[in-house]
Amino acid sequence: MKYQSQAVAKPYFVAAIGLFVAQILFGLIMGLQYVIGDFLFPEIPFNVARMVHTNLLIVWILFGFMGAAYYLVPEESECELFSPKLALLMFWIFLAAGALTILGYLLVPYAALAELTGNSLLPTMGREFLEQPTITKIGIVIVALAFLFNIGMTVLKGRKTVITLVLLLGLTGLAVFFLFSFFNPDNLVKDKFYWWWVVHLWVEGVWELILGAILAFVLIKTTGVDREVIEKWLYVIIALALITGIIGTGHHYYWIGTPDYWQWWGSIFSAMEPLPFFMMTVFAFNMVNQRRRNHPNQAAVLWALGTAVMAFLGAGVWGFLHTLSPVNYYTHGTQITAAHGHMAFYGAYAMVVLTIISYAMPMLNGRTAANSGKSQVVEMWSFWLMTVSMVFITLFLTGAGVLQTYMQRYTDNPQPFMVVQGRLELFYWMREVAGLVFLVGAVLYIISFFVGGEEPEQA
Amino acid sequence: MAQTFTKSMARNIFYGGSVFFFLLFLALVFDTESGLPQSDNRAAITDDVARGKLVWEQNDCVGCHTLLGEGAYFAPELGNVYKRFGNSTDAIKAFIASRPKEGVPGRRSMPQFNLSEEDLNAVAEFLKYASEINTQNWPPSIQG
Repeated sequence: MKYQSQAVAKPYFVAAIGLFVAQILFGLIMGLQYVIGDFLFPEIPFNVARMVHTNLLIVWILFGFMGAAYYLVPEESECELFSPKLALLMFWIFLAAGALTILGYLLVPYAALAELTGNSLLPTMGREFLEQPTITKIGIVIVALAFLFNIGMTVLKGRKTVITLVLLLGLTGLAVFFLFSFFNPDNLVKDKFYWWWVVHLWVEGVWELILGAILAFVLIKTTGVDREVIEKWLYVIIALALITGIIGTGHHYYWIGTPDYWQWWGSIFSAMEPLPFFMMTVFAFNMVNQRRRNHPNQAAVLWALGTAVMAFLGAGVWGFLHTLSPVNYYTHGTQITAAHGHMAFYGAYAMVVLTIISYAMPMLNGRTAANSGKSQVVEMWSFWLMTVSMVFITLFLTGAGVLQTYMQRYTDNPQPFMVVQGRLELFYWMREVAGLVFLVGAVLYIISFFVGGEEPEQA
Repeated sequence: MAQTFTKSMARNIFYGGSVFFFLLFLALVFDTESGLPQSDNRAAITDDVARGKLVWEQNDCVGCHTLLGEGAYFAPELGNVYKRFGNSTDAIKAFIASRPKEGVPGRRSMPQFNLSEEDLNAVAEFLKYASEINTQNWPPSIQG
């Protein structure tokens, strides 16, 4: 570790992994509720398990992004963090706010939570992924502003690199677009229209800048390839991401009461959205092939390559599968969407956070560059278990989705929703088994950090 | 990449491309806003409908159901439930009010939300309003 203040990244990473495991557990509960309908009913109804599952995802990814920024910005800027104390304070505030919100979901009925937090004064709750009480949302804005201030001041006082610039742009966009979560008109169409400004412009917009910056940083460090080359790639990838992704928002505007021309704009631009992810895969493999040194942390290199491939498959290929409006007409809001959501989020955002944690954690734990060979073997096992089981989760949900689309919508004799769900049970059981394997992989990931031993030789 | 393609060219494509397409997006959004009154059924938004939307949100209905295809995939689509229930708000109200408190053994069941008569009425009116939004003929079948 080159700078003392990089150490504030560690609690962020630890919290991220802890919440990740909790997210998986709630995913398993929901998976079981898909086949054993009354599991934990009425104590934890599906909608409660689901908001815990998705909100934990958002929170741990945000912890990961913040930890990544606190780790890499001092190193890139070649100076200490502007205020490590502020970073630590914000960590505890964010963790407490997150924990209280999740406990609120679990301990009181959602309607009581809404009343308790005064939702009727400024109603923002009860929309997918934005279930947090308004007061929590305000807390998120405060934490995000303090974080941006801290990172921004550090970037300003130190060396400016393309990586810090792109990261800062992405993080600023993240904060700005979150503000649309406070806009909730009575008009359902407008509500949905601007809801996507948070959700789509995050994950298919500014988050890709953060993803690109983190990946570029890890690749510079582990391959030793010239910074100029990597920065050029980074610009091309994020240019393609925004050029296709901004108008690509249109693929959410097909069936929600918006004008029909969005079917053209959305289909054409979102059909090109796989391009930046494909470029990212080519980029990652090229850089590793042109490496000037063999970094001792081979697990981190594996994660970096895996991120690029799985982001391309999950976001690119599985996104394209149902993005054209004539296809989406039949698949919209089915298990196909769930399949895409799982692999895209894992491949792009979960994996990039696991990549930077894998890279940075040995140094945060006082090592020179890497964990022992034995530890890395365990970590690579966790990589393959999680990644392969996520591929299977996606395939099973895709199978369920194809069948659902056919039976409920495509055939001449469409069946009611619940009848169709009954016919999909086999797929849901297989998904649940794959989910258990995924949990084993996540546990191994944690165990790998506690396997001791000497560092491998610096090659 | 070839040496003729420099980093500053890549940077210019990023800034130029992003700004251009964001402005184009804003132009489309502006046009959409002016076209929405024809498709979003805003004339039907009464106080009851607005209250119904709040009831919908404060019970996290979207945590199980989809509405116009968005939400969770655990329970039926409700954007067209008014039509599926034979154009009847009474049928919707009766269904919500009759959910068993302890669920149905072995099966998925909607929780009993204990809604007041006003809230029950409001959420049914909200779903009626939603079913009359012009969704380009989505969903493809009445089953949602």
